[in-house]
Amino acid sequence: MAQYKLVKCTINGKAVEQMVDVRASLTDMLRNDYRMTSVKKGCEVGECGACNVLIDGECFNSCIYLAVWAEGKHIRTLEGLLKENGELSDIQQAFIDETAVQCGFCTPGVIMSAVEILESGKDYTDDELRKLLSGHLCRCTGYENILRAVRKTLDKRLGKENAE
Amino acid sequence: MVVGKSIPRLDAYDKVTGRTKYTDDLCDKSAYVAKILHSTIAHGKVLSVDVSEAEKIDGVVKIVTCFDVPKNYFPTAGHPWSTDKSHQDVADRLLLTDHVRFYGDDVAAVVAENEVAAARALKAIKVEYEEYPVVLDVQKAMEKGAPLLHERFPDNILGHSSQSVGNFEEAIKEEGLIKFDNWYDTPTVQHCHIENFICYASAENGRITVVSSTQIPHIVRRVVGQALGCDWGKIRVIKPYIGGGFGNKQDVLYEPLCAYLSTVVGGRLVKLDVSREETFVSNRVRHAVRSHIITYARPDGTFVARKLELFSNQGAYASHGHSIAAKGMGCFKQLYPCPNVEATCYTVFTNRPVAGAMRGYGIPQAMFAVESQIDDIAKGLGISPLEIRKKNLMPVGYKDDFSKNVNYYDTFNQCIEKGKAYIDYDRKLEEYKNDTGDVRRGVGMAVFWYNTGVWPISLESSSSRMVLNQDGSISLQLGETEIGQGADTAFAQMAADAIGLTIDKINVVSNQDTDITPFGTGAYASRQTYVGGLSIAQTGKLLKDRILNYAQKLTKVPENNLDIVDNNIINIATGETLLDVATLATTALYSMTDSEHITAESTYQIKSNAYSFGCCFADVQVDIRACKVKINDIINVHDCGTLINPALATAQVHGGMSMGIGYALSEQEIFDESTGRTLNNNLLDYKLSTFMDHPHLEAQFVENPEPTSAYGTKALGEPPACPVAPAIRNAVLNATGVAINKIPLTPHVLFEEFSKAGLI
Repeated sequence: MAQYKLVKCTINGKAVEQMVDVRASLTDMLRNDYRMTSVKKGCEVGECGACNVLIDGECFNSCIYLAVWAEGKHIRTLEGLLKENGELSDIQQAFIDETAVQCGFCTPGVIMSAVEILESGKDYTDDELRKLLSGHLCRCTGYENILRAVRKTLDKRLGKENAE
Repeated sequence: MVVGKSIPRLDAYDKVTGRTKYTDDLCDKSAYVAKILHSTIAHGKVLSVDVSEAEKIDGVVKIVTCFDVPKNYFPTAGHPWSTDKSHQDVADRLLLTDHVRFYGDDVAAVVAENEVAAARALKAIKVEYEEYPVVLDVQKAMEKGAPLLHERFPDNILGHSSQSVGNFEEAIKEEGLIKFDNWYDTPTVQHCHIENFICYASAENGRITVVSSTQIPHIVRRVVGQALGCDWGKIRVIKPYIGGGFGNKQDVLYEPLCAYLSTVVGGRLVKLDVSREETFVSNRVRHAVRSHIITYARPDGTFVARKLELFSNQGAYASHGHSIAAKGMGCFKQLYPCPNVEATCYTVFTNRPVAGAMRGYGIPQAMFAVESQIDDIAKGLGISPLEIRKKNLMPVGYKDDFSKNVNYYDTFNQCIEKGKAYIDYDRKLEEYKNDTGDVRRGVGMAVFWYNTGVWPISLESSSSRMVLNQDGSISLQLGETEIGQGADTAFAQMAADAIGLTIDKINVVSNQDTDITPFGTGAYASRQTYVGGLSIAQTGKLLKDRILNYAQKLTKVPENNLDIVDNNIINIATGETLLDVATLATTALYSMTDSEHITAESTYQIKSNAYSFGCCFADVQVDIRACKVKINDIINVHDCGTLINPALATAQVHGGMSMGIGYALSEQEIFDESTGRTLNNNLLDYKLSTFMDHPHLEAQFVENPEPTSAYGTKALGEPPACPVAPAIRNAVLNATGVAINKIPLTPHVLFEEFSKAGLI
């Protein structure tokens, strides 16, 4: 029989609590209990990265992270990037500008990994970026424009001269 | 004019904010969960299904077995219906079957209150089988005495067709001809859209509504009707945004079963969400194709006679069937026209997962064989790969007698020149010759043949509807679907130009609802921008005429003197702006004397088709001892006519190239030879290309406007996947001198081939 446990955490800055099935994944909790539909299910076994969210600043496959482990954690999903007035964050805007979006199903997860990369404050080579992003599978884009969107945003944040 | 501009996708904002709703996001949480019990043998008879233990599990609502479902055989191919019975798709599927034909066939289904109960019930169901022998290989399946999959198809042959030009047997008697006789193999691969197939169904007012992640809503409606044995109008299909399709969702998958399951639980809401593991096995795959090509050439490189035998592995059910092999065969005599050609193709049932449509529809397989052999011939004759192509490729002015397609432009040479220049072909060819160590570099290329849409084999038509809203904006609806490629954006751009509005005035109703959306057959055959464009141009003109007719009433200026430019009604003669469309729209709707709801709707049926050609150049380095191929640089060049949206077109090419790279180097489904079980049905063991497996992907275009198209456009969706694998294979040949005739070029294959060649 299902066992339930109270899970208190913050989601996109807001303190929340919910009784969750102890067997539920964080993906399930975010999608079903909090209607965070940006968290996508592509494999549910940690292969594709479509469900990635930030947990205390680190990117995880939420599908293989138990909901009960979220107790006391700060969770960020793509929904949290949008400003109150509907203004996009720089990385979201870059995905639009660089045509890095097609079917859009892998997009939320990739953007969350990009946020982790960008917030590290470090510079990376293209090869390093490829490695950091390689936990995400995408069938539409060939990764080309996604890489460019992350590159350009990173360069801008680091104040590089050549950044547009 | 907005056609030709790289405007952002209409759905981009919603997609980067996670706001876009896909099927699972829309399904109410109260839905019952359905799961399918798949067979654990590849061939046999279900003797009994014991559900007694499963039914006791808390939360299980209903279990349906193969013995319970109606015997309405239905087809699944996403083809337009044919009113000619002899041209209809083979109807060989049941909702669930007691004659299982592949490991993963559908035997029973559970409806439960939640996923856990459904999953536990599947484990508790006991199935007793009578096992039959299994055959996985096409040639073995055609042998006498092979296990027969379908009674109606002797020797397991689903389809066989041939083409002939000239006299092959006579022609090969010519003195001094050199014979090239080769076999080529391509693997079973899967589409791997990131959103797995999912649908949900419920009853509403005595009808069934199915919401599905599909490319083909109107076709799904018809097939669900066929499967349930009810009037097609009793079915309503809604298609939300979908997370990719690539042809897998150009098949009717589990919509009929889900609709049926809803009916057995009183029309309650039932969701059927397919796992990644099931997607690899029990959806559709790309046909594995074995090709045998014989070419007789003169020493100067002239082709005198050519023969193709093509064997396509259909798997267990007909799905798109023989169309894929037939398309692969059809291009053989066209791409390199030769006075004497014999071509024949077979589509053969085996106990493997069902093959259906996948990006390129037989052409990636055909191009691997054809373009590999061209390089083998070039090498054999000591002629450069480019020269032999230029000598034999389809000339300008060539007309295909079946499709009536005309090669209007010198596309091949123009594309080859661009690809060659980018990759620095001549210089690298010289430089790489000197590589003799363990790591050797090479350059290779391949061209491809493609066409646009399915005419004259099937219906090609598209319907569109435009409604003038109160504020002068337009709502645009088509049956043609957005599946991630950017169709909606291209449609909006074409509509804006057709009427004379700016792009912000076009509201595309993205989601199809068969109760509301005009009839259209959907996303396949790289047809939508071409066919939909003609429909949009026509409906746009109708709407514009109606707007101008109303403008004439308001302005007293004759319609002939009026035009719409940038949302304004202008007097053509004077250039004067008379009023804006917004004012006209508001007036027309709210006029106390002359109120009119201005709309237009029309169907455009095309009876033409269009070639879409291009090429790929690859620069690789091969680590012989590690048996690894690394791509240094790669470019695709396409002539898809006038670009509607260059940025989206470029992105489309990237995705196809990526799929082609996976096809060349890493992707394949592996089957257990004795049981037919798929051994790598997950995204760890099935090697989809990642960020780390690609270099920069270069996409370039040659823009020769297509004369038969309203906007000069033609196929681009599928073509990018077509030339990549042979280009990489030919680059490996150039680097190592080893001609490898099967893909993917995994270390296992390279080790075998390099060993045979004495390189290791």
